[in-house]
Amino acid sequence: MILIVAEHANGKLSKSAYELATAARGLKREGGVTALVLGSGVASVAASAALIADQVLVADFAELAQYDAEVWSAAVTQIATEGEAEAVLIAGSRSGREYSPRVAVKLDAPLLEDVTSLKDEGGALHGEHYTFLTRVTERVEAKAAVAVVTVKAGAFAVAVAGTAAAEQFDVDLMLPPRRLKVTASTTEKTGRIALTEADIVVSGGRGVGTPEGFTQLVEGLADQLGAAVGATRAVVDAGWRPYSEQVGQTGKTVQPKAYIAVGISGAVQHLSGMNKSKVIVAINKDGGAPIFKIADYGIVGDVKEIVPAMIQELRK
Amino acid sequence: MRILTLIRQVLDAEESVRVRNGAVALEGSNLVMDTMDEYGVEAALRLREAGAEAEIVVVAVGPARAEEALRTALAMGADRGIHVVTDAALDAIALSSVMAQIAKAEGAELIFCGGQEADWDSQALGPATAERLHWPQATWTSALELKGSTLVGKHEADEGSESFEVSLPAVVTTQQGLNEPRYPTLPNIMKSKKKEVRKETLEAYGVAAKVRVNGVEIQVKERLKKILDGKDAAGAAAQLVKLLREEAGVIA
Repeated sequence: MILIVAEHANGKLSKSAYELATAARGLKREGGVTALVLGSGVASVAASAALIADQVLVADFAELAQYDAEVWSAAVTQIATEGEAEAVLIAGSRSGREYSPRVAVKLDAPLLEDVTSLKDEGGALHGEHYTFLTRVTERVEAKAAVAVVTVKAGAFAVAVAGTAAAEQFDVDLMLPPRRLKVTASTTEKTGRIALTEADIVVSGGRGVGTPEGFTQLVEGLADQLGAAVGATRAVVDAGWRPYSEQVGQTGKTVQPKAYIAVGISGAVQHLSGMNKSKVIVAINKDGGAPIFKIADYGIVGDVKEIVPAMIQELRK
Repeated sequence: MRILTLIRQVLDAEESVRVRNGAVALEGSNLVMDTMDEYGVEAALRLREAGAEAEIVVVAVGPARAEEALRTALAMGADRGIHVVTDAALDAIALSSVMAQIAKAEGAELIFCGGQEADWDSQALGPATAERLHWPQATWTSALELKGSTLVGKHEADEGSESFEVSLPAVVTTQQGLNEPRYPTLPNIMKSKKKEVRKETLEAYGVAAKVRVNGVEIQVKERLKKILDGKDAAGAAAQLVKLLREEAGVIA
């Protein structure tokens, strides 16, 4: 059986869970796809998971209300072991990539990280993933009784939910104590679509001038397009924008249908977070900026004039 | 207390990548300590400067040239180095076994490791090492101090950031923004040349790669590069919107 760990947020199954289901189906293993839902008060999430998996295992406990790397890795390892999973698929989110190595060590399994493709050839898992700051594609292979795989956001199609719900089973878990005590958390809620789930991302860099410029230009254009908002490291470091919006090596990696870079010159660390976007649009006053080398469309000009004109054009 | 900082020598991010014979060619390119690891070395030095009594041991597993990166860390102020010399390509899970064995032998209580390697794009080394040692981990830290034997800091989570506390021993992964790594000064570079770098062989650790690499390629997506002149802002904006709607079909 293939085990997928279904992520969720705010009572909703995450897009990554649907992508994991597609990746898991592609392996065509007997025993089907089992989804594991970890959390507290997750009945509706489990019901959604039941429409994309052949079986859903639900661990609904108050102790699972908040993510923890040690707790999650213990839970996933236990279920993978009991169910004799041949592969464990985990979302390539920050948390997924943080606890998956622990699962691999516990299972003495190979780990394929952040794959963009996955197939089964003669019992071995073959995948591709990016290396060298997303500039190189590496083909990797793991042959083992069980392998752990994290799956890159946006790389697989979203599974279409069926109409017949798979059976759900409650599972009991032996959970370790939490040793990393979270004393405070700041979650930025914007009401916009999540960066890694959006079809369109509008991102801003230093070139927007000021925090107010960012709001007016980047957020303004994003809201007009129903897009998510991204930012460069420089803008986040300057305190203009929250870290959760950062795109790049140390932030999020996105692969939207359209990535619109506003006032971004295109440092290699930023490009590594967005260079696989389907269509890249750049607006920048410096025509020699590296961002234009990977842009499909662009305007060399003053973002303070161009972007408001675009917003106005879109309103027409 | 003994602090280990795990470092790797990688291609400088500013260098372009080239592929030759199914692998990324590194000859003739500038190789540096992974910047993500530099933040870990700096963090260890700062904990000591803030009053922690600590010996800082920097560890690298890699070919002979990796000693250059170790020497950089020693010139920054680390006390000594351990170099497991090998040309073998180990994945992060296999490498974590070496790191954990060294940590045990050294009686380390705190390990720093870069949040993501600039060559593998892997985030697994820190967490996998923590798991092998049965230690907790704090990944993607952006602030850090030591209060007695408790690390207090901030780190990035899926959405937003969290303040945390964790008792030692622990593994901490580091990233840009945690600190500004110092440049080695000339006197410190001179001093570092006399510092010990213990050479070891990989065979002693009994590890083998778990993942096979079957090749690499640089997939460059051909971009259209339709770049408009924005002197006439309204005209250019209208044309761009039309292209995105009708040609690219990415906006409604």
